Amino acid sequence: MIRDLLAKLASIAIMMFARAMTAARAIWHETGLPPKQSIYFANHSSHGDFVLIWAVLPPWLRERTRPVAGAEYWLKSKLSTFIGRDVFDAVLIERDPAARTQDPVEQMATVLGDGSSLIVFPEGTRNQTEARLLPFKSGLYHLACKRPDVALVPVWINNLNRVMPKGEFVPIPLICTVAFGEPMHLKAQETKEEFIARAEAALLLLGPLTTDDNA
Amino acid sequence: MSSTTLDMLKLLLGAGGILVIASGIGFVLKQKLSPDGSNGAIENLNARIKAWWAMVILIAIAFIAGRVGVLILFAFCSFAALREFITLINTRRGDHWAIAAAFFVVLPINYFLLWAEQYGIYSIFVPVYAFLLMPIIAVLRGDPRDFLLRISEVQWALMICVFCASHVPALLTLQIPGYEGRNVLLIAFLVIVVQSSDVLQYVWGKLFGKTKIAPTLSPSKTVEGFVGGVASATLLGASLWWITPFTPAQAALMAFVITMMGFFGGLVMSAIKRDRGVKDWGHLIEGHGGLIDRLDSVVFSAPIFFHLTRYWWSLT
Repeated sequence: MIRDLLAKLASIAIMMFARAMTAARAIWHETGLPPKQSIYFANHSSHGDFVLIWAVLPPWLRERTRPVAGAEYWLKSKLSTFIGRDVFDAVLIERDPAARTQDPVEQMATVLGDGSSLIVFPEGTRNQTEARLLPFKSGLYHLACKRPDVALVPVWINNLNRVMPKGEFVPIPLICTVAFGEPMHLKAQETKEEFIARAEAALLLLGPLTTDDNA
Repeated sequence: MSSTTLDMLKLLLGAGGILVIASGIGFVLKQKLSPDGSNGAIENLNARIKAWWAMVILIAIAFIAGRVGVLILFAFCSFAALREFITLINTRRGDHWAIAAAFFVVLPINYFLLWAEQYGIYSIFVPVYAFLLMPIIAVLRGDPRDFLLRISEVQWALMICVFCASHVPALLTLQIPGYEGRNVLLIAFLVIVVQSSDVLQYVWGKLFGKTKIAPTLSPSKTVEGFVGGVASATLLGASLWWITPFTPAQAALMAFVITMMGFFGGLVMSAIKRDRGVKDWGHLIEGHGGLIDRLDSVVFSAPIFFHLTRYWWSLT
């Protein structure tokens, strides 16, 4: 009870802080808001990525949207467990195949079964290279095979890597935008490679043409 | 009720009255020309009028809250403006500390010094202390690439968004004999004249504008809009002499200087936007773009207005 209340307060505080730092603004696709149940797949360059997606989603979409995150990172301490589990209601998956007790794709499919939406970062880890995007892991494809009916929505988060680059502990306020692309689905007979290439292209289409000059 | 409160009430009623008329005109235009919301110019006009309501109400609340309210309002304006500015400039990893210091150290200290009425140190804090300390913080990170360019841009952002913008609330620190307790009306005079000049230039330009005044910088500005806007805003300033320590002729001259600075300030900020390939500084205010789009003329006129008033009228 008190834990729930604290979690609610913490989520409001985190969102207000994110808004103050970034004035985050959504750029919706011309087809309008994404479907009620979606798998949002986004570029990953900062720990704040899913907070920003969360902050720009309208409340009725946000309510049932859960981020997918690495268990080993979020279960490190009591505080991070509280933030990961209680505040963000994250679906925590084990990234190291050797340590797995559950199949991550299975976990995500179960959550989709409840009617929730997911936020996933198919690059698998934060991109700290000069490349605009790291090659996608295959999880997105396997998830799309399991639930071909759920729309996959590409989401490009712009500028957040400048707000808090790796190794910095003080964020700087900068305006960030979150661009949503056209919802896509797995096509019949589409191979894993074809689908992954299409998803990467759809995401890159939303981003700026060159990487920012802020390496 | 003190005479200051009474005058402020008159100004607010005046502004409210004008906005009621503007909202009425906007409503009729929408009914006649854009009932389905398809006419961009009219939709933009109505969005602007709506945003004006919000801005007038916000300023009114700050004035009611008094000196601290005005300082907090402008500190937030500086923060949002600096955020827009830094977003558009070239930064590298090596600037991270310097930029963090600009937001979380320089900006609060600048406004704290105004609150503490430490005019002497306030007036040199950004131009001297921040000017020298910022490049030192940046250089500690050891990245020389584009150093002069990067540090100049951060310095310029601070001067414009924090130092210059804070000269609006700095008007409260002036001590003008016979004008005690009425300084807030100087802010009202400055803001009303500058903002009306922007609006009047827009209106004159829409009605009679033919000759572009600066086609490479700001294609929407015209000679007709400029002349009509500056002339009518100068007259408006003269007619507001009763809220200032000035005579009607002095008020007209002040209004003229303010509007000219505002106009050229707008051109300078347009040149920066053009160079960066953006139309607006941000999206904070619907119909207007970013906060800097609305504040650019105030930022350029405030320090000059402050110093002219200080030099000839103030004891401090």
